[in-house]
Amino acid sequence: MAEFLQFLVTGITIGCTFALVALGFCLVYNASHVINFAQGDFVMVGGMSAVFIMSSGVPMWLALVLAVLIGGALGALLYKGGIQPAKNADAIQLIIITVGAALFIRGVAHVIWGTGYFSMPGFTGDTPIRFLGVVMVPQSLWVIGVTVGIVTALALFFTRTRLGKAVLATSYNRDAAKLMGIDTGMILVLSFGLAGLLGAVAGVIMTPITFTNYEIGVMLGLKGFVASVLGGLGSFVGAVAGGLILGLTEAMMAGYISSDYKDAVAFVLILLILFFMPSGLFGQRGVERV
Amino acid sequence: MSGNMTAPVRGGRKTNWKDVVFSPRYGGLATLLLVLLATPLFIEGLYQFDIAILVLINATVVIALNLLVGYAGQVSLGHAAFFGLGGYATAVLTTRYDWPSLLALAAGVVLVAAIAAVMARPILRLKGYYLAMATLGLGMIIYLIITQETWLTGGPDGMSVGALEVFGYTVFDELVWYWILAGLLLVMYWLAVNIVESPVGRALRALHGSEIAADNSGVNVTHYKTLVFVLSAGVAALMGGLYAFYSGFIAPNTAGFMHSIELVVMVVLGGMASLVGSIVGAALLTILPQYLVVFSEYEWLVYGLILMLMMIFMPRGFVPTLHGLIRRVLG
Repeated sequence: MAEFLQFLVTGITIGCTFALVALGFCLVYNASHVINFAQGDFVMVGGMSAVFIMSSGVPMWLALVLAVLIGGALGALLYKGGIQPAKNADAIQLIIITVGAALFIRGVAHVIWGTGYFSMPGFTGDTPIRFLGVVMVPQSLWVIGVTVGIVTALALFFTRTRLGKAVLATSYNRDAAKLMGIDTGMILVLSFGLAGLLGAVAGVIMTPITFTNYEIGVMLGLKGFVASVLGGLGSFVGAVAGGLILGLTEAMMAGYISSDYKDAVAFVLILLILFFMPSGLFGQRGVERV
Repeated sequence: MSGNMTAPVRGGRKTNWKDVVFSPRYGGLATLLLVLLATPLFIEGLYQFDIAILVLINATVVIALNLLVGYAGQVSLGHAAFFGLGGYATAVLTTRYDWPSLLALAAGVVLVAAIAAVMARPILRLKGYYLAMATLGLGMIIYLIITQETWLTGGPDGMSVGALEVFGYTVFDELVWYWILAGLLLVMYWLAVNIVESPVGRALRALHGSEIAADNSGVNVTHYKTLVFVLSAGVAALMGGLYAFYSGFIAPNTAGFMHSIELVVMVVLGGMASLVGSIVGAALLTILPQYLVVFSEYEWLVYGLILMLMMIFMPRGFVPTLHGLIRRVLG
């Protein structure tokens, strides 16, 4: 039982990161129908920035905020510099632009920070907590708490604020939203910026547990993509559920069976789900018009 | 049918010399033949031949992939896995089980084609990003198996491969490799031109436009999608096997996600649904990194930037953009 609870905590912690990355995919997809392959690199930039801003003597909490803001700015910049100029491009061209952006961001990180692995201390120390036979670092609670906070804030944003509703309206029908007086250009910048912000938050809260490196964005991005497709592309609930399911499955597989194929879990899971539910768990079944 | 139909006019208008020059069948094939024949005269040294050979290998894979992505509109983000698996099957069978070269090569192609055929039905049912996700997933699973099963594949370090032996003759010389692969590229190009202009090609374009409309018009959508998926996977496996023989070594990154992306970028950059474009795209993206080495640690930064700029300014791809320009000048 203690073993199971241990894997559960590990799974939820890592699942929270996947959920944040998946929410980033979701925001960008809803706003622009682009799959952003640089989403994982926002996570890397968040973690790396926090580590290096802290090491230059800036107080921790300020460093964390700055790192998250850098992520947000990077997201907005990706839209302004890469997606917006390619107005008439199709989905595949836009995907390649985001891949180019990912390589560019990784390249810049390589030049600035090198190829080493970096970590930073937990927000409130690293002394493990024991509870019901489960051992966990306090940072796990931070990861879970921050994720819950962000998901709640996003839910309130989309249901209670005019701006949030404008984002939703834009994702349902961009032209109609524009005709209703919504500044859709601004909404797009906002969505990309928010996606960058969420990615950076994931990076900042995970780095004390998992280390960071200029290349971690590749696998994280792919798994975040899996999580968002798992829940059904474009569904916010689906993104969170997909992230948690993926994290839990990974932790249980690694714990009970073998960790050799830990990274393969995500891809086997998504193939199985798609074979039986071609639009993911919470995706809408679209009707194609001819 | 009413009785007073006028005689059908073939193609609607008279073909003139421009159509012949710009047609993939005549102009394209002639140009390709000339370039392939002339290239050995202009390049020298092992290094330049090495690049030329890599271009030939990539171009052949990309032409077949373009049939799937550009013509049939089915994006595959896991194609490198077929290439890598073909390479590894060949490598493992020849070095660990002493199979003859050609038999191992054929076995690799059959294995990959069989996997593609089995996976085609559930995967190709998916649309858009869900299809991209599924092909990406399949590719990643194959890649992770190759990386994990160290006893068989050598794991992340890769494994070395013996030379290609054909009926007692061992292929070592770069020039011989060049002619073998140039011949294969020509065959692939010729095959692709014929597929594109045949009823199969028409069916592929029809289902690219709208699967439901194609289905209602009597096109067996599943059949044609499976056909082109298996064909492109098999070609990738064949070239992967030849690549393993040629380079004498194979590593997991040949089957990895970035290589899959690279292949798709070659298709899109050259021009979707342009066979000449596939060759140009493969050449550009194979040669480019060789020059970016001078940027040393700035290499990936520059590469990413170039990728973004090319897609922003030439979303239709290199060859269709150029083609449009020339045609406009000629009137």
